[in-house]
Amino acid sequence: MTYDLAVVGAGPAGLTAARVAAARGLRVALLDAYAKPGGQFLRGTAPPRLTGVDVMLGQRVWAVEKSSGGFRVHASATTTAATLLVATGAHDRVVPFPGWDLPGVLTAGGAQALVKGERIRPGEEAVVAGTGPFLLPVAVTLLDAGVRVKEVLEANRPSPRMAAALARVPSKAGEALGYARRLAAARVPYRTGHAVVAAHGEDSVEGVTVARLTPGWRPYAWRTVDCDTVAVGYGFTPQVDLLLQLGCAVEGDHVVTDDRQRTSVDGVLAAGEVTGVAGAPGAVVEGALAVHSLVGEPPPRLLAEKARLRRFARALDLSYPVRDGWRDWLTPDTVVCRCEEVTLRAIDEARDLGAHDPRTVKLLARPGMGWCQGRMCGHAVARLTGHEPAPQKRPFAQPITLADLTLHDREDNA
Amino acid sequence: MVGAGIVGASCAYALMRAGVRVTVVDRGGVASGTTGAGEGNILVSDKEPGPELELALRSNDLWRELAEECGGFEWEPKGGLVVAETPEVLDALTAFAETQRRHTRAAGAGPGDPETTPPASGAVAAVPVAAGNLRDFEPHIADGLAGGLHYPQDAQVQPMLAAARLLKASGARLVRTAVERFLVSGDRVTGLRTGQGDLHADAVVNAAGTWAGNFPQAPLPIRPRKGFILVTQPFAVPPVRHKVYTAAYVTNVASDAEGLETSAVIESTRAGTVLIGASRQRVGHDTAIDYPVLARLARQAIGLFPVLKDRQVMRAYAGLRPYSPDHLPVIGPDHRLRNLFHACGHEGAGIGLAPATAEMITAQIAGARPAVDPAPFAPGRFA
Repeated sequence: MTYDLAVVGAGPAGLTAARVAAARGLRVALLDAYAKPGGQFLRGTAPPRLTGVDVMLGQRVWAVEKSSGGFRVHASATTTAATLLVATGAHDRVVPFPGWDLPGVLTAGGAQALVKGERIRPGEEAVVAGTGPFLLPVAVTLLDAGVRVKEVLEANRPSPRMAAALARVPSKAGEALGYARRLAAARVPYRTGHAVVAAHGEDSVEGVTVARLTPGWRPYAWRTVDCDTVAVGYGFTPQVDLLLQLGCAVEGDHVVTDDRQRTSVDGVLAAGEVTGVAGAPGAVVEGALAVHSLVGEPPPRLLAEKARLRRFARALDLSYPVRDGWRDWLTPDTVVCRCEEVTLRAIDEARDLGAHDPRTVKLLARPGMGWCQGRMCGHAVARLTGHEPAPQKRPFAQPITLADLTLHDREDNA
Repeated sequence: MVGAGIVGASCAYALMRAGVRVTVVDRGGVASGTTGAGEGNILVSDKEPGPELELALRSNDLWRELAEECGGFEWEPKGGLVVAETPEVLDALTAFAETQRRHTRAAGAGPGDPETTPPASGAVAAVPVAAGNLRDFEPHIADGLAGGLHYPQDAQVQPMLAAARLLKASGARLVRTAVERFLVSGDRVTGLRTGQGDLHADAVVNAAGTWAGNFPQAPLPIRPRKGFILVTQPFAVPPVRHKVYTAAYVTNVASDAEGLETSAVIESTRAGTVLIGASRQRVGHDTAIDYPVLARLARQAIGLFPVLKDRQVMRAYAGLRPYSPDHLPVIGPDHRLRNLFHACGHEGAGIGLAPATAEMITAQIAGARPAVDPAPFAPGRFA
């Protein structure tokens, strides 16, 4: 059967869209890679009730294709739909530093998933470092799990712009205040202009070097802190793989949409972090708006709310950039690509051989050729060659077995 | 030198060693075109008897020398194993190998002076392998094959590294900019107009790969043929030791068909991944992913190596192979403009044929006699 709408990603955006679309009588399929709906944000919370939606969990969508009259969504089975909504969220952005490949170093999102999703306490003593407001809920999640959070280190310094943006979104301001109170009550220091610039340990993390940073993130005034866990997050990268497969226009790291979530490709909608990281409330609004582009007119209230949250997202983006000074944290032996164990030295050798851009560095030295296909190291490799990080086209959004791939070798697939 | 792929890099290396100062111009930088989308094959096994086989044999020797004197590009003299599914195909394959051996001997007298031309383009070595012995070569190969042939001369390099290392070792200057046109004075090419101004030279070599045919002042019938490669997850010990392919590949390589052709070509890399090819399609410069084609490659790979079935494929890429109407490369002086030389149209064999191409171009620019007869590759043959 052909669905009216296939939604890929069951986070706040996808869940909202599926629910609203089903309520309006559309035949909806909702696919997600995980065994439970909710995505990163709602992971571990009670699953929402979805009536009239075909929920397909554990479906790792590896490709989407245009077909006559709609789209084919390939996971372990193929789903066809007239319209496609991509709500695949974002993944952690990290910058490399010496020792970041030691066990005990987690991404901020990974630490939260471990606690909220798997109910695993990652360690006894943690340092949370990186940039952006997401560091706060991660620290609180760790505290709630019984981890002693020794410090939260924000590499940037708060700007008046961010304060102004927060003031215009009272729900966000309240949320931030709540986290701040919780950290204060637990006597966790929140230091701006600081970062973890190295992790140390034999077989796993035993401590970190913390440095003060210049506004450009060059380190000075080092000290060490003992801990067995480090959670690092330098913002997020939208997961636009499926949208790129379909040829949707992107701008910077995110997909371009109009005010009703329509991408540049007919019939393809996008909502949530793939349109630019704005957090869960923005994702919910966009999920609803996406459905309105299919049936009826969007309520002006939703459009106004979206505009407000988008402005907030822009302020976030401007207030918590990743500055290039992290390149000074590295030594020649620092691993930049963990999958293929490519060091800074190997990348410098490739550059010496004439590799001037991320693609050529990848061809000569292999960063980004391994399991994660450059999702972890893409930002770093781009900046090490002086390029703006740009989304890469990946024919397989997820690894797939050769046996599963053969299922698409059929005449009726043409 | 227009083009910083394997052909341009090899030419730069050979020319600089001959005392010619070279500037290489490429809009994408080193290995940004076909070279960056191939497997790095250095094959004699798939070459029909004739001029291309001669060039391949000469190149095979030159690659061995380059691995010694330059190196750093994952030279793997692993050998090739061509397998046949049925006794009929095996007979055809065995007969084909026999013609390869015979031809080479006849051509061995060659165009060159026997005193100065080493018996480099010596002979194809092809050893029959009985069905029962295939596992001595490939422990994980499928049951039920009729047998095969082992080609010990077949080899592999990491093509991007090879181009980059040769270019670096040549000492040639690389300018990253687009070439707009040739600078022409009368019937002579005097240089290039580039995005960064004019470059003047005594000779210009067109090694522009897929785009080599598109210079309006000296057009050539070079067109792209698209091919896909699948890349698996890395293995601690890759299950494929040689370059292994089915007899159908030989037919497809020489084929003139417009439509899609696929045949299983499997090999591992030093990084532990397994590369799975090969498809050929004529669809212009389009490199869009075509999942049914990838699915067919996967099916053929599992057919040869069932152990791959549960392994993950991480990525796939499409490359464009530049081919000429008679599927021979285009090497030599242009037939319209003096001081212009072409080194292009190598289709899927550019890595393998690059050193001998470079040797030929260097001899032609220096006015010397090439080691391999250049006549069959002359650019004027399509005029």
